[in-house]
Amino acid sequence: MIEFLFSYETLRLIWWVLLGVLLIGFAVTDGFDMGVGALLPFVAREDIERRVAINTIGPVWEGNQVWFILGGGAIFAAWPALYAVSFSGFYLAMFLVLSALILRPVGFKYRSKRPDPAWRARWDWALFIGGAVPALIFGVAVGNTLQGVPFHFTPDLRPIYEGNLFGLLNPAALYCGLVSLAMLVMHGAAWLAFKADGPVAARARRFGTFAALLTAVLFAGGGLLVQAGLLGGYKVTSPIAWDGPSNPLLKTVVADSGAWLANFRAQPLLWIVPGLGVAAPLLALIGFRARWEGLTFLASKLGVAMIVATVGVAMFPILLPSSSNPGHSLAAFDASSSRATLRNMLLATVIFMPLVLAYTAWVYSVLWGKVTEKSVEDAGHSAY
Amino acid sequence: MVDPLLVELSRLQFALTALYHFLFVPLTLGLSILLAMMETVYVMTRRTIWRDMTQFWGVLFGINFALGVATGITMEFQFGMNWAYYSHYVGDVFGAPLAIEGLMAFFLEATFVGLFFFGWDRLSPRAHMIVTWLMALGTNFSALWILVANGWMQNPVGAAFNLETMRMEVTDFVAVIFNPVAQAKFVHTVSAGYVCAATFVLGVSGWYMLRGRHIALAKRSFVIASAFGLASALSVIVLGDESGYALTDNQKMKLAAIEAMWETEPAPASFTAIGIPSRSDRKTHFAIHIPWVMGLIGTRSVDTPIPGIDELVQRAEARIRDGLIAYDALEKLKVDRDDGVARAAFKASSHDLGYALLLKQFVADPRQATEQNIKDAAWSTVPGVPWLFFGFRLMVLCGFVLLAVFAVSLWHTIREAEAPRWLFRMALLAMPLPWIAIEVGWFVAEFGRQPWIIEGVLPTFLATSELGIYNLLLTIAGFTLLYGVLAVIEVRLMLAAIRKGPEIAAVVEGLRPGRPAPRAAVAAPAE
Repeated sequence: MIEFLFSYETLRLIWWVLLGVLLIGFAVTDGFDMGVGALLPFVAREDIERRVAINTIGPVWEGNQVWFILGGGAIFAAWPALYAVSFSGFYLAMFLVLSALILRPVGFKYRSKRPDPAWRARWDWALFIGGAVPALIFGVAVGNTLQGVPFHFTPDLRPIYEGNLFGLLNPAALYCGLVSLAMLVMHGAAWLAFKADGPVAARARRFGTFAALLTAVLFAGGGLLVQAGLLGGYKVTSPIAWDGPSNPLLKTVVADSGAWLANFRAQPLLWIVPGLGVAAPLLALIGFRARWEGLTFLASKLGVAMIVATVGVAMFPILLPSSSNPGHSLAAFDASSSRATLRNMLLATVIFMPLVLAYTAWVYSVLWGKVTEKSVEDAGHSAY
Repeated sequence: MVDPLLVELSRLQFALTALYHFLFVPLTLGLSILLAMMETVYVMTRRTIWRDMTQFWGVLFGINFALGVATGITMEFQFGMNWAYYSHYVGDVFGAPLAIEGLMAFFLEATFVGLFFFGWDRLSPRAHMIVTWLMALGTNFSALWILVANGWMQNPVGAAFNLETMRMEVTDFVAVIFNPVAQAKFVHTVSAGYVCAATFVLGVSGWYMLRGRHIALAKRSFVIASAFGLASALSVIVLGDESGYALTDNQKMKLAAIEAMWETEPAPASFTAIGIPSRSDRKTHFAIHIPWVMGLIGTRSVDTPIPGIDELVQRAEARIRDGLIAYDALEKLKVDRDDGVARAAFKASSHDLGYALLLKQFVADPRQATEQNIKDAAWSTVPGVPWLFFGFRLMVLCGFVLLAVFAVSLWHTIREAEAPRWLFRMALLAMPLPWIAIEVGWFVAEFGRQPWIIEGVLPTFLATSELGIYNLLLTIAGFTLLYGVLAVIEVRLMLAAIRKGPEIAAVVEGLRPGRPAPRAAVAAPAE
């Protein structure tokens, strides 16, 4: 049993799943923080309304953001080649994401430190950028990942990236950015409808209805783009050695525009994943209209999770295809850490992740209940 | 070959973002512990002054914490962005502590910091105190794991080169965690953070005492800071000495450079208190030596010699020649994986492979290196001696001055009811010292590691991403601008919060005076 669990093959598959869990954890938790940021100037007009919106996420965004940081660390530890190629390849895009995200911690903390309306308005726009820009760029990055990015390795396995920022901004990839933005706006609106009240919640429901519809339509449209071959497609043509060395130069891969649908064709049950990616946002839409706040937020969570999962399922076992040298693509069977590191990291995850989930749940339960204008004003010094 | 300008810019970028990040982290490390201590006193005595103290210092903690978090985001991704070859080459070892840092430390710290600020009215005093301790524990755990990662760069234990994957892979993870360099560095760095926070609290309280404001709060804060500071300063110095001792086993060159010790002296070596080191004539001019001290610190004995720079360069030259055997075998194995002779040769010499890579700054293929190339590569293992020599002395000087400040502060506050005014002025003047010591200390540790990014394994100039220069210029300019603006805002908010004093918590964020009563019945007009 232990032997099977700790075989290189099993460990790689587990870490492929955990990579998905991390990305979904990030999208589901920090996703609504980004959505609230992107919605902030629109759902809340007066200062007190903005404070209500900000204070719904005030105590939790920081913990949520750790999913992003942990994502970086875990990709470094479990998929070092992916960490090296993607972040150096998406260099300026990453710089934009980081710059936008840097605005958030300071925006939350500093905004209400001074009563000056101009000061607060500037931070509100900083929080908007901190929410909307990463939401958009993450989607563009996923679009490019599907299409493949131009890179190759030297025989020493030094990664060489051949593209530039403007290559990333092609129409199909930007379309994926819109999917991501709509999805996270829906998610932020669902959170606000759940956690705020009054005019903020009312406007959130209106924006949320529209964003949920847009998410379902755009995501389904994304399927058509894949079908049309505008979002790439790669398949491994050499035999896969799941316990082989992590050296991406030992396989052959070809570009094949139908390849991202191959897993679904081979295993039709998998259609459930993208199916829920469309259905759950539609359920959230109904929830927004019917004011089932808890259900809306759950449906939104499910929608976000399934949309992210769809990308992983479609690409499996490829992680990051190379458009210029497909054979050098990174795959789950040849871009991982050593068996020992995957095992050590799995042990650390098994020990710490349940703890993290337990105390995070406890913190949310302590903070249970709606944030209202009155609660913000009464809370005084302990509110943002 | 990698463009030297690209390497220099990548290093500049890392230094800028790391040094900037580390302006905020030490204060977070120490202040979180001080907050937890103050709150513990409150819970034990139920005197509300201690809760007020926790909340007031908590406001300043929050202003500082936000920038620590914001700039920390950059650090997590910087390795992949600017150091792609490094990330591939050592990610198997170096990535794990970073990931565990996220799992074990960042979640703890970030989840409970929200509740620290938002939980005052929702939790019992005891439960809130536990939250504060958990937050402090999280910040300190993060220092542990990042220093396990950094310690491995200084002393790469428990890993070996894998021919199949062309990278370093972990062979003994327990050795990586319990790396003596990492452990000594952890305690040294965390204690430095405590000193930083203690100096901060001491200085701000001193300012209040001079102004005659918030006396009750300032007095108690002054006492707790001087006691905490004294203990921490002692720990910094003792553990600094411990890192000096650890250095002698694995980073002899760094030690020799810090001491500007060109030639091996007969044991026990003397300590050069001050002098002017000159690289060109390989001598330290006008040196004032204190006999025996260096030998005692460095080897804990009177008969073990500490090697000087000249001798270490000769050793590096021998290791380069051995590394060339490994490099040659590696190239042969790339052509024929089953070449048994090459495999045996590689196995025997692979621990020196990194030394052969040093030649790549002169020739694309190290096997073509001339004798002069080998000599130059051996000399390139000597880091910038004068920088390290003076930087180290500046750090140590700050440390001892701070030790004296805390000792005098504690002495006076315990002995006298009315402490003299010069004491508070001194506390105020001492405020910049921990930051100077900490930033210089980072510089000595990391600049002293050069030319290696991983000591003896991978030279820094090979480790970068293959980026266009304009990319780096753009991001360096961008980060400088963004960080510069944020620094100005942070300092202003901090000063404003200090000037307003403890009631800041009430007024600015809208509790009692200066604010209209909560609007009645505003809730849910749209419902």
